[in-house]
Amino acid sequence: MHARADAADTTAPTWPDDIFATLQRFDVRQVPYVPDAGHSKLIQRVLASSTMRGIPLTTEQEGVALLAGAWTGGQRGVLLMQSSGVGNCINMLSLIPILRFPFLTLVTMRGEWGEFNPWQVPMGSTTQGVLELSGIKVLRASNAAEVPAVLEAAAAQAYNALTPTAVLLSQRLIGAKVFTK
Amino acid sequence: MSKANLLDRRQVVSALLADRKDVVAIGGLGASTNDITAAGDHARNFYLWGGMGGAAMIGLGLALAQPKLPVLVITGDGEMLMGMGSLATIGLQKPSNLSIVVLDNEAYGETGGQTSHTSAAADLVGVARACGIADSRAISTMAEVEAFAKAVHDLSAGPRFANVKIDSANVERILPSRDGTFIVNRIRGDLGFRPI
Repeated sequence: MHARADAADTTAPTWPDDIFATLQRFDVRQVPYVPDAGHSKLIQRVLASSTMRGIPLTTEQEGVALLAGAWTGGQRGVLLMQSSGVGNCINMLSLIPILRFPFLTLVTMRGEWGEFNPWQVPMGSTTQGVLELSGIKVLRASNAAEVPAVLEAAAAQAYNALTPTAVLLSQRLIGAKVFTK
Repeated sequence: MSKANLLDRRQVVSALLADRKDVVAIGGLGASTNDITAAGDHARNFYLWGGMGGAAMIGLGLALAQPKLPVLVITGDGEMLMGMGSLATIGLQKPSNLSIVVLDNEAYGETGGQTSHTSAAADLVGVARACGIADSRAISTMAEVEAFAKAVHDLSAGPRFANVKIDSANVERILPSRDGTFIVNRIRGDLGFRPI
């Protein structure tokens, strides 16, 4: 379960619905993902959608190559992953500047804001740097209210300006994962 | 094992693409991209010069975006081994228009011929079948290659996978364009998509 979100979240969050609506408006068709608790509601929406195809991956780097193929075939996509998954992508991210295809990824953050698991901290701490070194612009959403504007900006620059973009969905937004005995 | 009866990679790829019609062909990082070029440069050829392990997934993304087009990935054993999980992803999506051919010389030809896992342990046909790609074949004759080339155009029966044992001879390098943006935009243009 998730706890320690910034806001009192006694109800299911609605920001994943905001993300879904933006992706729909930008005609996103292929949604590769590695399952992740922070993305679970969005994944449910995608899998229930008649226009988007959710594509579970065995490793995040598959998603980068998949989106290159999707664009070559005329479709837009978005890669959903967790901060640790960014580390699995590094060499495949080279396809983005080389092929110059519109790349958008939404990354749920671990390893920050009340993290309990030290193993998540090294990759979570370097996620933004790794992405930026790989030539990807990084935007961040830290609270539910700013999600729609951040997603709009990210999708616009990725799809309209061919500017590869990652949106970090902060652990403060999602809530730190806790395991209770 | 005897290498006497192994197939010639250029003959295999030429046969796969001889009557390609509207096929989009994706070569893997390594000699397979040169083989596709040797069979004839084409607006629907996707040449991979990097991103090792990505060829099959590029094929999947393209096949899902263009379900009425045959998409043919032609890659090597080393490249396929690096992206072996993608066979599970493809087995789950089951794109009926996607075909994958591995040119298996049991070696990393680009880097000095070091033996690959397929030489002694890994059975890629078994992997593909176990990942849910029911039509997974081991090919050792040109007649089987030609039958597979015909099957690529049957959009109702994929995905399909073929592992072709080829000889390990180094052949002349026929190098295609290295400009990725050109390669992608040329395919997009041929499919009717205008530049943004």
